[in-house]
Amino acid sequence: MSNKQESVKAISFGVGFATGVYGISFGALSVAAGLDFWQTMALSLLMFSGGSQFAFVGVIATGAGVIPAVLSAWLLGVRNGFYAIRLAPIISLTGILKPIGAQLTIDESNAVSLSQEPDLKKQREGFWLTGIAVFVFWNLLTAAGALLGSVIGNPADWGLDAAAGAAFLGLIWPRLKESKLLLLAVVSAFTATMLSEFLPAGLPVLLTALVAVAFWLVELVRKNK
Amino acid sequence: MSMWAGVLIASALVYSWKLLGHLVPEKYVSNPNIRSLATLLTVGMLAALVGVQTFTSADGVTFDARAVALLVAAGLFYLRVPFIFVVIAAAAVASLLRLWF
Repeated sequence: MSNKQESVKAISFGVGFATGVYGISFGALSVAAGLDFWQTMALSLLMFSGGSQFAFVGVIATGAGVIPAVLSAWLLGVRNGFYAIRLAPIISLTGILKPIGAQLTIDESNAVSLSQEPDLKKQREGFWLTGIAVFVFWNLLTAAGALLGSVIGNPADWGLDAAAGAAFLGLIWPRLKESKLLLLAVVSAFTATMLSEFLPAGLPVLLTALVAVAFWLVELVRKNK
Repeated sequence: MSMWAGVLIASALVYSWKLLGHLVPEKYVSNPNIRSLATLLTVGMLAALVGVQTFTSADGVTFDARAVALLVAAGLFYLRVPFIFVVIAAAAVASLLRLWF
């Protein structure tokens, strides 16, 4: 895999920047939905989970009210909990680093860490560098988006929506050599895409956790035969 | 509920998932079966994210410049082109296709 020769720093910085640019969209959408500048910043600093944040302001924008917005954000945050279980023994946080590392447990930091398997040191480095890079860019650009709105333009104009998919593909790429994981990836991507026809944003990805659990049960049954 | 209360409660709830995962006792998270489940969940959900980010829009399932960009990216990853260049290439392919068509 090409990643092996690449510096974890470059990957983390690239992922942090590409993700952070979406902060512009989030900031602009949040203010347009009726949140003020500081409420928008509080979401990026404290919630710090793109899927949950977009869901929160998206529900507010529909006029459904604050309580449904809270519940959607909460539900969509579940996947970070799964990521934390993967990361816990790898980054083995203690003391004050535990609550800080928990806040940085998101799609991107877990994905970069996964791409560095099985090197434990690089997995840790990838987690921290990516988590910090995303946090810094995401918050700076949320502020820019909230203040300037759509004046800066849409990330899709620069092809950044395509870059996000490519980046996640690249990060899981090393694991797709295993035929079981390749099959899981294809089934999960297909399932989530099709579910998007019927379900609101965020739920399809969460529901594919059931696909992973099914693969796991098959694996357990085979092992115990 | 006021907007500020909603923002703070939702943030605390989202954070609680992250912290909860890190508070599971070591003996459980180090169990090989649990390690295997955690890897399956990570790969599956990130792949699902790739699918949704590439093939859906506000109108539902969509094939557009992003699908072409993802295909180019897959080809470049296969050829072992470094990560950063592939991501830049995917963005360039998508934005050029939109410029031309």
